[in-house]
Amino acid sequence: MKTIGLIINPVAGIGGKVGLKGSDGSETLKKALELGAVPESGKKALVALKKIKEVERDVTIYTYPGEMGEDICKEAGLDCRVIGEIRSGATGAADTKKAAKELAKYKPDLILFAGGDGTARDVLDAIGTEVPVLGIPTGCKIHSGVYALNPRSAGSLICDFAKDKIKSTKEAEVMDIDEDLFRQGEVRARLYGYLRVPNEKKRVQNLKSGRGHSEEGALDLAANYIVETMEPDTLYIIGTGSTTAFIMKKLGLPNTLLGADLVYNNAVVASDCTERQILGALNDYDKVKIIVTVIGGQGYIFGRGNQQISAEVIKRVGKENIIIVATEDKMMSMFGRPLYVDTGDEEVNAYLRGYMRVVMGYEKFIVARVSD
Amino acid sequence: MAIVKVRDNFQQARWNEPLIYELSTSGLRGIIPPPVEEEIDSEAGDVFTALPDAVRRKSELGLPEIAQKQVLQHFLHLSQETSGANLNNDMVEGTCTMKYNPRLCEKLALEPDFADIHPDQDPDTVQGMLKIYYEFEKVVKAVSGMDKFSLQPGGGNHAVYTAASIARAYFEEKGEAEQRNEIITTIFSHPCDAAAPATAGYKVITVYPDEHGMPDLEAIKAAANEHTACIFMTNPEDIGIYNIHADEIVEALHAVGALCFYDQANANAFLGIARAREAGFDMCHFNVHKTFGTPHGGEGPACGALGVRDYLAKYLPVPTVEFDGDKYYFDYDKPDSIGKVREYIGQSAVVLKAYAWCKMMGPDYLKECAEISVINNNYMLNIMEKLNGVTHAFRDNGIVRQEQIRYSFEPLTEECGVGSDDMNRRMGDYGIPWFWASHYPWVIPEPMTIEPCESYTKEEIEEFCKVVEICMEEARKDPDKFKEAPFNTAMHKRLENGDLDDPEKWALSWKAYCRKHSK
Repeated sequence: MKTIGLIINPVAGIGGKVGLKGSDGSETLKKALELGAVPESGKKALVALKKIKEVERDVTIYTYPGEMGEDICKEAGLDCRVIGEIRSGATGAADTKKAAKELAKYKPDLILFAGGDGTARDVLDAIGTEVPVLGIPTGCKIHSGVYALNPRSAGSLICDFAKDKIKSTKEAEVMDIDEDLFRQGEVRARLYGYLRVPNEKKRVQNLKSGRGHSEEGALDLAANYIVETMEPDTLYIIGTGSTTAFIMKKLGLPNTLLGADLVYNNAVVASDCTERQILGALNDYDKVKIIVTVIGGQGYIFGRGNQQISAEVIKRVGKENIIIVATEDKMMSMFGRPLYVDTGDEEVNAYLRGYMRVVMGYEKFIVARVSD
Repeated sequence: MAIVKVRDNFQQARWNEPLIYELSTSGLRGIIPPPVEEEIDSEAGDVFTALPDAVRRKSELGLPEIAQKQVLQHFLHLSQETSGANLNNDMVEGTCTMKYNPRLCEKLALEPDFADIHPDQDPDTVQGMLKIYYEFEKVVKAVSGMDKFSLQPGGGNHAVYTAASIARAYFEEKGEAEQRNEIITTIFSHPCDAAAPATAGYKVITVYPDEHGMPDLEAIKAAANEHTACIFMTNPEDIGIYNIHADEIVEALHAVGALCFYDQANANAFLGIARAREAGFDMCHFNVHKTFGTPHGGEGPACGALGVRDYLAKYLPVPTVEFDGDKYYFDYDKPDSIGKVREYIGQSAVVLKAYAWCKMMGPDYLKECAEISVINNNYMLNIMEKLNGVTHAFRDNGIVRQEQIRYSFEPLTEECGVGSDDMNRRMGDYGIPWFWASHYPWVIPEPMTIEPCESYTKEEIEEFCKVVEICMEEARKDPDKFKEAPFNTAMHKRLENGDLDDPEKWALSWKAYCRKHSK
């Protein structure tokens, strides 16, 4: 028997259909409603809940009242235990956070939430990696890796989870897109943090388990390769993300998950650096290399989540000194699409365009096209 | 299209057959040999004392103890649960070329004149077999344009490994072995083109295809440099697209001083039509057990014929079979050879059957075999393209497909959640053996790779497509029931509890099973 916490962000995605590119903030919500938007998050989540109905004997569901979960459970014919309080018709980010915190007290095996990137951020703020989660994609912006492919596959995944077919969890990225800039046609994303999600490749990336290495095994091999080939008397700029964090762990060094650290002869010489600090360090070291990973589902290597490693830094370090590392799973999930750079400097973007090698395992590389 | 007959009443035996060890009863004997006659006994004495200590068992031999009738019954049950090329429509093993193996070739291999010879015999007493080796080498030379072959490697992967070893020997002699420590391959080449050179010590650089599904020439150019030893590439690739840039790729690699290896494991699309030599390759191999009409599968006997240009011939494994104008002999006199890659001179039964097949076909029919393979495949594609629920890799890229195609059930999966694995199990209920989905990794979602080679009739192709159509209709009607298939075959649904991925639980032998499960 599994205990599942359920949170529906009822207004997720409301801005999408009326062209508002998001729903974060009460002003946007108000505007969306004025433009005639109808909350559809619950309706989308219903597809997942109906699927979960198939395993109702294997799950106990805790949820929040009304449109935050209770209503949709009823519509799907699912029994649920309702906790907390809401002001119906006026829910927001604070309610998502409160619900996540309150539900976590019931020690659920997993919290299932419906929303977009903003909702994922709220869940992360509230509970971190304490409880595994899974997102039902109902929002406008789905750049985070915590979401199932679609509501139905979220339902199927919960069915497998309930039947104990998924044994492990993995960390997935929560991305933070600045909606105000996004509305002006500019995508500015950063890596906001990580949540734990069920480790089920099939519904996420069309890869089969049980063949080749596990994702962790592949990451281990890639990290070993990086560590073994690190050169002495060379400054390494270690980019953001859990893949580079794993390399730092291998080195036995402290790491800033969401920031850039500087490593020299196996010691951290600066942590969580700003662009200015990095540029300053470039004056002090002759040999410099950058280690970055592929951030988010869209495959950015620069300009998303690692803006500290700026155009100027890249220009001075040189393309030949950039080491990109990513797991095979990640690279294959992006099959047919290039890696992206968005350094904010047209000249540097053009300089990076073309083909670059990505370390995917021990002495194993893939040549990826880089675009901007 | 006329009415297609479908064998839709297939029902296979499904025994819950125990392992033979589980049928064992202590003390039971299938054969009790008569006691040794007194005269022999007194003459021979205690033969066991003559056995050296090193080869003597220290403990009892752990074999199952079971009577003859039950042994026969056990294996007959298992045989009822098999499927394969001779019994079923086996066009489903794309990339494997499951062609008909003429019975005559099988008969030849069973002839005592061949079956009873031993590789340790004096070459003077096996001149016929050596002649077959010599003559078959001429065939593969003619088909590929290479100057010299070794028939020693015991399969395709082994031939690729041998090629990687030859590349290393070549660069060692040039003093560049340390510098040239990388190989390039493509994502849709056979995975052994990455794995075998990696085993031989090379770093592996893999290249994605371009938007048309061809290996990306620009990416290959970007990957090639002074560290590149060799490119290992398949053509047509696993998805059935023929790489028309092969010669340009070769040129780019030669420009940086690297060698080029052409993986021709599956050469059915271009026999008598295109040759590795003309495209500029330095080495290539054939899976004799696929293209040249000899049986394979189940890790059975195989032969990876490895061909090289004259400047690499001195590195080939020893011995090769040569002819001095009077008789055939083993040539060990190759001081630069990489040495032996296996015992003796390879799988002689495979070479014999392939040679017989080639002699029966003749050059013109070898070419026709390629043409029919390509026509068959495109005929099938024409039918499949009209079906809803299935598509294929890089559809509408304007490139005519060769002998195989990687289909994708992604549209069906999106529609009703039924994917490649589910289709595979249900199609088994129509007598279709387990189809080859794809090599790892599955970059084409929900894949199915089909190769209707020259052995198959128009009717069989139509029947196969009809089964796909019927199964997709069933999937839409009741996806949940569909996912419980198969219902009529001995095959069963794969355990999804992770046990098969757990090295603590799986076992490849009874001994390992007992150890891991404390029986």
